[in-house]
This record gives sequence, C-alpha cells and structure tokens, in this order.
Amino acid sequence: MSIELRVTSFEKHSAVQGAAWCGGLLLRVATVVSAIWLSACASLNPAANFPTTEAQVAASQPGAPVLDIQSWQTAEGAKVLFVASDALPMLDIRLVMDAGSARDGDQAGLASMTSALLGEGTKGLNVDDIARGFEDRGAEFSSSSYRDMGVISLRTLSDPEFREPVLDLFGKVIGTPSFPEEALARIRTQMMQGLRMEKQVPGPQVNKAFMATLYEGHPYGIASDGTLESLPAIQRKQLEQFYESYYAAGNAVIAMVGAVSREQAEAIAAQISAALPAGEAAPTLARATPLQSRKREHITFPSAQTSILIGNQSTWRGNPDHVALYVGNMVLGGGGFASILTDEVRQKRGYVYGIGSGFSAMASGGPFRVSFQTANENADQALSLTLQLVEQFIQQGPTDSQLEEARTSILGGFALGTADNSDIIGQLGAIGFYDLPLDYLQQFSQQVRAVGAEEIRQAFQRALNADNLAIVSIGPKAPEIVPVDEAPGSELAAVADEAGRGKE
Amino acid sequence: MKKWILGLTLGLWAGLASASLATHSFTLDNGLKVLVREDHRAPVVTVMVWFKAGSIDEAPFETGLAHVLEHMMFKGTEKLQPGDFSKLVARYGGSDNAFTSYDYTAYFQQYEVSRLPLALELEAERLANLQIDDDEFYRELQVVLEERRMRTDDNPNALAWEKFQAVARPGTGYAHPIIGWRSLLSQLQPEQARSWFQRFYVPGNATLVIAGDVTRKQVEPLVKKFFDDLPAGETPPRPKQTVNPPAGERRIDLTLPVKVPTLFMTYNVPSLVTAEDKRDFYALTMLSGVLDGGMSARIETDLVRGQKLVAGAGASYTGIQRGNGTFTLQAAPNPGISLDEVESALREQIKKLQTTLPSEEEMARVRAGVLAGQVYEKDSVMGQAMELGTLSTLGLDLALSEKFGDELAKVTAEDVQRVAQQWLVPERLAVGHVQPEQGEGK
Repeated sequence: MSIELRVTSFEKHSAVQGAAWCGGLLLRVATVVSAIWLSACASLNPAANFPTTEAQVAASQPGAPVLDIQSWQTAEGAKVLFVASDALPMLDIRLVMDAGSARDGDQAGLASMTSALLGEGTKGLNVDDIARGFEDRGAEFSSSSYRDMGVISLRTLSDPEFREPVLDLFGKVIGTPSFPEEALARIRTQMMQGLRMEKQVPGPQVNKAFMATLYEGHPYGIASDGTLESLPAIQRKQLEQFYESYYAAGNAVIAMVGAVSREQAEAIAAQISAALPAGEAAPTLARATPLQSRKREHITFPSAQTSILIGNQSTWRGNPDHVALYVGNMVLGGGGFASILTDEVRQKRGYVYGIGSGFSAMASGGPFRVSFQTANENADQALSLTLQLVEQFIQQGPTDSQLEEARTSILGGFALGTADNSDIIGQLGAIGFYDLPLDYLQQFSQQVRAVGAEEIRQAFQRALNADNLAIVSIGPKAPEIVPVDEAPGSELAAVADEAGRGKE
Repeated sequence: MKKWILGLTLGLWAGLASASLATHSFTLDNGLKVLVREDHRAPVVTVMVWFKAGSIDEAPFETGLAHVLEHMMFKGTEKLQPGDFSKLVARYGGSDNAFTSYDYTAYFQQYEVSRLPLALELEAERLANLQIDDDEFYRELQVVLEERRMRTDDNPNALAWEKFQAVARPGTGYAHPIIGWRSLLSQLQPEQARSWFQRFYVPGNATLVIAGDVTRKQVEPLVKKFFDDLPAGETPPRPKQTVNPPAGERRIDLTLPVKVPTLFMTYNVPSLVTAEDKRDFYALTMLSGVLDGGMSARIETDLVRGQKLVAGAGASYTGIQRGNGTFTLQAAPNPGISLDEVESALREQIKKLQTTLPSEEEMARVRAGVLAGQVYEKDSVMGQAMELGTLSTLGLDLALSEKFGDELAKVTAEDVQRVAQQWLVPERLAVGHVQPEQGEGK
C-alpha cells in the first residue's frame, strides 16, 4: 500500500500496455519512453535482400522452454504449483486467493483494505517488528488486491539462514493478522488521499467509469479501491470476517519458484497452508452479461487531451474462443506498432501517442477494451476512425497474411514469457487460480498454430457487436461520431504548417 | 535487539553477491564499445545500444530534441520504410523500445536467442543509414506533443515537478524537461534532428550491450560483420563535470489543480561521477537508506506511522548521473496537516542525521537490502543489460555492482553524519510547495 508520489515517472511505458521493468539501485533515472510494442503485421516490403539475416532467422526453430511444473494439494486443500530453479540463490512465493473486490458485497474497498492491512500486525508483533523482521534479512513482502484475486508475495534469499526465519515470520503475518485499529485508521486515510489524487488526472477516472458502465449490477462494477463514501464505513470486524472467509487454505493457490528442493517446497507449502484459516473455496459468481445497446458516458474535465475507452463485456476465463480472440486482437490492437489501430491512428495520422486494444479474461467475465488519448481538437476524428476500424475488423476478421504474421510473432516470442523467475511465478499464479492444465502454455501454443482466419472472425462476432459498444470519455467536451477523413496524406501539410509556426 | 544480524552481515552476506556472471568487453576499430553478459538460464537475448547523448546535451533553444530523434530512429532508413523496424522485430516475436534520459538515449530489442543476428543487423542499419524525412518528422512531432500532453500537461503533479526542477537544478542541463518545453518542442525542425544524429550517433559515442544466452565467441563475429564497416566519425567532446558551488536556498510556491498538496525538497549533492571523495557517494547512499530504505526506515516509521503527518513520503538519492546528483524528499500530507508542518518535520529528520549517529541496526538493515537486491536484480536479463549500459555510458566501473556491498560495508555511522553535515545544508536546498486552487482539497 503506497501512494505514488514519484512524479519522475517518465520511466514507465505508455498507458496502453504498461509494463514496468527493472529499477534497481542504479536505475533510478528519469527517462522518457516511446511506446513501441510487440507487434505483428502484414505489408512488409523492405528493400530486396534486407535484412540479410531474415532467411536464417525465419528458418530457425525458436526455443520454447517447457516449464517443469510440479503440483500437489496441501492437507488443508490449498493447491500448490512449484518450479525448481537453482540458478539464483533466491525463492519467490506467491499466494493467490479468490479474495478480490468481486467479494466486496455492498462494502466497496473491503477486499482492498483487508489486503493492505496484512503486514500491519500479528499476534505478538507490531508493524515495526514485522517490517524489520523482513528487511533485516533482505526479504521483500507485499500484498495487493484485484477484482478476482487477493495476492500476497514474498521474495527471499534461499539460504536457510535467511529463508527459515523469513518463512517463520511470513506464516505469522498471513496466518494471524491482528488488524489493529490504529493501522485501519491510518490506511483508510492513505487510501482516501489516494482517491483524491486520482481526481487530479484523467486516466483513473475514465477507467473507473468504464468498468462501472460495463458492469453495473455485477460485482466487477464495484470500485476496487473503494470510494470516499464507502471507505469511512468499513469496520475492523468486517476485515476479520473477510479474511476468515476468503484467505482460507481451501481458497488459496501457493505458487513457488526458486532454489529449494521438492521436499523443502512441500514443507514450506505445508507450513503456509497450516497457518491460514481453515475453509473452502469461495462460491462461483454469476457470469456478467454484455450491454445490449450502445451506452455513452462522459466526464467533463479541463484536460488538454480527451481520453476515450470503447468496449463491452465480451469474454471470461475458460471461453473456448480465448485463443482466437487473443490472436485476432494481436492484429487489431494488441500487437503494438504493427497492429491496425497503431498503424492507422498513430503512424498515419499522428492523433495519439498510444492506442491499444485487449480482452482481459477474468473468472466471471472480462471486457474487450480499446483505449487512447488524443488532443481535444482531434477527439471526434480519432473516435470515429477507431470505431470504424473496430467495426471493420469484427466484420472481416484478419487476412491470412495478417494471421500468419501474428502467429509467427506469438510463437517466436514464447520463450520471453518464462525467462525470469518473476515471469514464471506470474504464470504459475494464473494457472493455479484459473484451474488451467499444467501444460497450459504448450496447449496454448498448439492452439495458436491451429487457429484459422475464419475461426477468428466468427469468434469476434460472437464476442462483440459494434452497435453495442460502450463509449466512455473524459475531457472538456464529449466527442462526437463524425464522417472519417479519408486521406492522411492531405493532412500532412497542415500538420507541418502548424508545427512549423510553433502554434502549440 | 536482533544483534545477531551483525554477525550475519560479516559472514554469510560475503558469499552471496559473488555469484557473478561472466561479462566480456571489447572495442571495435571504429570505437564502438561492446559488452557481453552471459546468462544461460533461458534461451533469450536482450540487445541494447546506448548513446552518450541525452537532454542535458541540448542547447536551450532545442529542448526535447534528443527524445524526438529517439522517435525518428523507428522511422525510415535506406533499406527500411517507416515502421518496418518494429514490424520486423514483432514478426520474429521480439519487442523493442527506447528511452531518453537526461544523460543518455538507449534502444533495446528483446528476443528468443536465435533472433540475435536480426537484432544486430537492424541496429547497424539504422545507425549507418537513418533517413529523416520532413513529413515523417512533422507527423511524429505531433505524436510527441500528444505524449507531452498525456505525461505532463494533463498531470498537475508532473507539471509541478517540471517547474520545480527548473529551480532545483539551476544552470545545468537538468533544469529543463527531457521531453522539452512545450513551445520550443513544437518548433523543432527536421534539420535539427539530422544534425543531432550526425553529431552524437557515431560508434565512439556508443556502447552495444548483448545480454542473455550467448557467448563472446558466438557474438563477436556477428558484431564485427555488421558494425565493423561503420565509419568512426568524430566523437563529440564531453566537458568534465564537477561539483557545483551552492546555488543558495530557493523556494517555489505553485497553485495548481491538485486535490492533495505536495512538498518537494531537493539538495544539490555530488554524484559518483563528480564526487571528489567517492566515499561521499556511498555515505549518501547509506543515508538515503536510513531515511527511506523500506517500511522499517525512518520516514515510514516516524512520519507515516508515528506522527501520522503524511499519507505518503519518500527520500531518494540520485547519485548515478553524468552531472551532479540530487537528494530529494517528497511528501503528500494527511488532511488537516499543512505543508509547512511537513517541511519542518522533514528538516527535523535531516537535523537528526546531522546531530545523532544512525544505529548499527539501521546501517546493517540498509546493507542487507542492498546485498539481497543485487541477487534479485540478476533475475532480469533486461535489468542486467540496463546496468551495464548505464555504467559504460557514465564512464563508471562495470564491476560497480559486485563491489557495492564491500564499499557500503566501509561506510561508518560517522560518515553518514559527516555527509549530512556537509551536503544537506540550506544553501544547497530548493523547496517546492504545491497547493490546490482556492476551495479545493479541503
């Protein structure tokens, strides 16, 4: 739990697919990053014989390491996933519980606050003792909360001199949290200050409005970090109850990667599982339903850009169309520079810095979302163009060559997804939480190989209807749908002229 | 209280960081420096090219130029149409991006390792044959202006930080924003970008870093094949940076559309590059850790939890820079607490460092965090490439990280007190108060 204060945050990628990398002691530097992302595309016509290495690279079989995932259940019913890796003397542990804000009920922010108070006190130890206990030994402890999940992470050196006392403390912290009133009051104030700070900038406001618009009446519509109205009402008793129900061993996945043996991993999992409250998996939530007609929401805000989100409820974990939608979206807007949206809206017209689209599958639903920000005077054009491109793609799907590019790209980059221990622990957490088969990654790549263009087109049509997409925006005025300007070439002169005169 | 940790520090910690990975270094005849880091855990590779050219190298009339040129590097070359670079990277499953800092500009590609030849050929092509087309330049300038709106203009805290930096680092290249002042950025011309490229993008001003599942034997012929023919050109001169005399105490009061007030305090201090006595760098690093090395450090313990003055606060020492460093404190107060109260509390913390020695427990905890962090950092191939590139570009010892623990172990509580007395003084301090507009933030 912390409030983001470091405004030297130029080191993050554009909002479209924010992936913060790195940041050791040496790397606290302010940088401006341009958004160039994983992409896949057609129409590539480099000069003949360039690059000379392309044939060689195209012919080589990219390595795709197979994760040796070991899995078992603890006596209390927690599911364990473990990958042994002794390359570095460290151990990562991640607990994933079905304890996200979808379980908040009528108390928005409850899951989030429960998560934030873990580490603030346990039987016999106060927050200072806990913080010192981890940090004296170089261990990193954190907890976080999402719509589906409550996540607890621990990173420690694997040598028993460090690992054993750290795990001992970890067991106490997660097993007997004391939810002190003092910490509750302090963290409530911090969270409310955080909510006020969000109102300074357009992004968080429009994102919240988008989820509220799509999931009105469904638990996914709850504001995950609460509201200025809901947070003051949360009581200590509710946190205890939430913890007892949802942080139960039977509701937990324990993922581990690092330099310990199978026997040691079994002992660690048993220790963690025994520390947690006894209890079952949380009941399944009803699947969210898509909007059946277009919905418009606009927040009036004095910004230089208009931020726009377009989308609908469209998928869920376990959707048989998952791979078809994923591959298709790489062509439409998930593939960065080579995807249709970036090519048309940024490259050809210069309307945006970043634009992207994606399906995020959660347990009980998941939105398709297109997002971008554009200068207010371009908002009508950028919105209309984007809608047109999305509609065209739903109707037509990808061409065979677009599909082939996306396929090569996904399969060629497969190794990057499990290169680091931090990548692997993320994969294990998701595989365990969403009950995916242990060879999910291999199955996924086989399906990517097999999927056809027509299959993708049909999957998009099942998932999306262009007439029912919500449009949620923030800016000085609501953008309007207008006829799209056809020829980007004719605008260039105007653009050059404006920049040249220094009108900005 | 937990005295045993002191024993641990001397014994166990010593063996930890020595699990270092092989690093090779060689230089081509044209001056290109090449660094190879072997990490064979997974079949992946990161290729980076670093240039000693950042926003501090810009003249006052061309702010934002280093970053605009970075964007143009993804446009056309003799053999590539605009956009083809990233499309080729993507086709073979890679990802690419770049970043511009005050001190440098760096480019990266990440792939499954069989793609290495393609990565090198693409980098060599844009270095040898970049073409900056007028229309492409003006269109990309619009994209950069959107980037500025998104990052700075529509974010009052970022805007405040930009204005504060101008006051906090006067008379240096760090006083202007990396992305450029809006009015100057929008007037940049293609000719300026071409001239920037010609001046700074020469082999002798660059470091090529290759990290991942590679060996020197495998990499060296490939590098030579694609980079040997680049003409050496002239490496631009680089003035030696030294510690600036104190600028005098400065204050800036801003009223902006924020909902929560914010406090900034920056002291101008030496960096590892400019420090006459390099021990000052390590002592300032320890000092920073004592104040804000985690949940158990003084800011969290005393200001967030103890006095409950702030919802969030932090201290950081930026000491790996081409020019001088900064020691910066930032805070957002709790409701009902004024910025003056928070400023007094932070000044009190500085005074305490100047008058009372930090405890051995605190010092040991900071060292523990740093040493464990060195192990954790090795988990990321990209992180390793970043570290090597930064050190090479700043002219620092590539083995800095390995020696870091030993250097920190030499820092005494007296050293921490001494640097607090010497450098954290009013005539080196800038203070910024950011207040909401009337009627807001109550």
